[in-house]
Amino acid sequence: MVAVERLVQAYRAFAGNGASGAPAWLKELRDGGIARFGSLGFPTTKQEAWRFTSVAPIAETTFELAHPASRIPKLDAIQPFLLGDGPRLVFVNGFLVRSLSTPLSDGVRLDGLAQALVDTPDLVRQHLGKYAAFAERPFAALNTAFVRDGAFVHVAARRKVEEPMQLLFLATTPTETNGVRLVAHPRNLIVLEREARATIVETYATLGDGVHWTNAVTEVVAGDGARADCYRVQRESDRAYHVAVTDIHQGRDSTVHVHAVSCGAALARHDLRGTLAGPGGYLILNGLYLLAGEQHADHHTAIDHATPHCESHEYFNGVLDGRSRGIFNGRIIVRPGAQKTDSKQTNNNLLLSRDAHADSQPQLEIYADDVKCTHGSTVGPLDPKALFYLESRGIGEVEARRLMTYGFAAEILNRMDVEPLRAQLDGIVRARLAE
Amino acid sequence: MLEVRGLHVAVGGTEILRGVDLSVKAGEVHAIMGPNGSGKSTLTQVLAGHPAYTVTAGTATYEGKDLLALKPEERAREGLFLAFQYPVEIRGITNSYFLRSAVNAVRKHRGQEELDPLDFLAVLEEKLKAIGWDDTLMNRPVNEGFSGGEKKRNEILQLAVLEPRLALLDETDSGLDIDALKTVANAVNKLRAADRSFVIVTHYQRLLNFITPDVVHVLADGRIVKSGGPDLAHELEAKGYDWLRAGAMVS
Repeated sequence: MVAVERLVQAYRAFAGNGASGAPAWLKELRDGGIARFGSLGFPTTKQEAWRFTSVAPIAETTFELAHPASRIPKLDAIQPFLLGDGPRLVFVNGFLVRSLSTPLSDGVRLDGLAQALVDTPDLVRQHLGKYAAFAERPFAALNTAFVRDGAFVHVAARRKVEEPMQLLFLATTPTETNGVRLVAHPRNLIVLEREARATIVETYATLGDGVHWTNAVTEVVAGDGARADCYRVQRESDRAYHVAVTDIHQGRDSTVHVHAVSCGAALARHDLRGTLAGPGGYLILNGLYLLAGEQHADHHTAIDHATPHCESHEYFNGVLDGRSRGIFNGRIIVRPGAQKTDSKQTNNNLLLSRDAHADSQPQLEIYADDVKCTHGSTVGPLDPKALFYLESRGIGEVEARRLMTYGFAAEILNRMDVEPLRAQLDGIVRARLAE
Repeated sequence: MLEVRGLHVAVGGTEILRGVDLSVKAGEVHAIMGPNGSGKSTLTQVLAGHPAYTVTAGTATYEGKDLLALKPEERAREGLFLAFQYPVEIRGITNSYFLRSAVNAVRKHRGQEELDPLDFLAVLEEKLKAIGWDDTLMNRPVNEGFSGGEKKRNEILQLAVLEPRLALLDETDSGLDIDALKTVANAVNKLRAADRSFVIVTHYQRLLNFITPDVVHVLADGRIVKSGGPDLAHELEAKGYDWLRAGAMVS
């Protein structure tokens, strides 16, 4: 409770100071967030959704709320995380750094949320907080309390954006902040109006290798007939804590592809929810977690088939080495009346060491009778039959193991269309295998 | 090329091969026939080095080397190839990436320079042309979602690219319709060469309508009980295997 009280006090300071100029509706939203967090508190492993993941390390560490960075990182320092020269927003500790960013306006808006609250407050108000419900999610409630900056993407109806837009979230560590451990609450809102099309790449990374906490929330709206390709890469320091919620709301005949890769942080939790709110929607969740050492990553996904004639495909692969732990919980909800739903889910976990551990929990809740829903999951070491097959072709055991492990990750990466990102991730996978 | 003498093999404590003798000379095609459970597949698997099988007695010499002392990958690099009865899926790895890795493992062993993707593509196209096939299987993950016929074709494709000196074909005909069988058999015929030997394991005679063997052996109850020319296959087709098994028991 001490930790919760500390955060509530931090909120009071925040509300009375940096956030005091906010419009009434936003103050109300924030107040609602902190009130809910105050009553929920940090989740415990007694709660079903947190059974395998203890957040005690977060609750027991003192984090200070980040402020806009006084020192701007050099372009060289962020280059390894960038995808070429395309449009981008760069954030440090959750705040937009305009000098490193290339905002867009005119049909496609790409800017900080704080700026959007000034420029287009009605548009933000229309969507902010409408999808990422926080009644049962303490971290989303906490993020909502501290809503201030993050990415705002708005694509006008029928507008098609060819180039991927990158949202790069960098965190600094105690070596740069006189020993202070920071928490950032980036809040992202991505809105594609009807028949719009865009590709967004969210990247979370750390400058250095120290401790920090990211508590992110991203809301994505795909209007009728829109197509959104959302990539998310979490490659923070292996001492970082990363908690995130992504909520996707899809209109009629919309298509959303989500690609989520998690290879960083000591403790990572990602709640990813897609709601197919209009008939004819199509959703792909394609995810990879690549863990080693003492890393712990927990993915809770939910696909809500709220309307008929929607299709969803979910593929999550985990590669676990060392003493790492991976959790996958995949919920599929088919609402009453959501007939002709077609939903497939697979979760495969590769254990590279005897001390690695994976939990895979499919969870189907089907309330309609004319539907196709399948799921499958595996947890285990490399298949000895496949190993022999490769060896029988002249490939030595060490190389055969590496090849199969690579393939396990590549299966997910190969579904990605943004080539520079796929290549970047391919490099990360290969570097991990070479260790 | 290959000399097998008195080979005894057990798996999980059960003896499956009980003294197999087999002599294959360069350029020869041998067919090994026999009833289900006679040990045909075991023979090919043990020659390829499958770790589940234990050799309890006997020897196998390949090109003057003690085959049984080599690891599976070493046998492959020395030119031995097994076309699997049940080819295995390798998720996330395309056929062409897999084959290039295999070709380069062999080239490295021979002290040759490894092929980059473009060089490999040229080699691959040449091999495909030689057997008259296209490259539709090359950019799909190894055996994943392949039909039974595609899997078997993929084995023969690997054989063509890896250019072994001794190719073991384990029930390559099983699960194939007649058109697929002809396609596979034609490719094998094109790959026959004076310095390349084949050991073809099959339950049925029909593959041998298209690939004419030099020698036919009958394996029953873990031993070769009869050997003969191509006509033996026809005789087996007509009479079945029981007359040979009974004979083996009497002797």
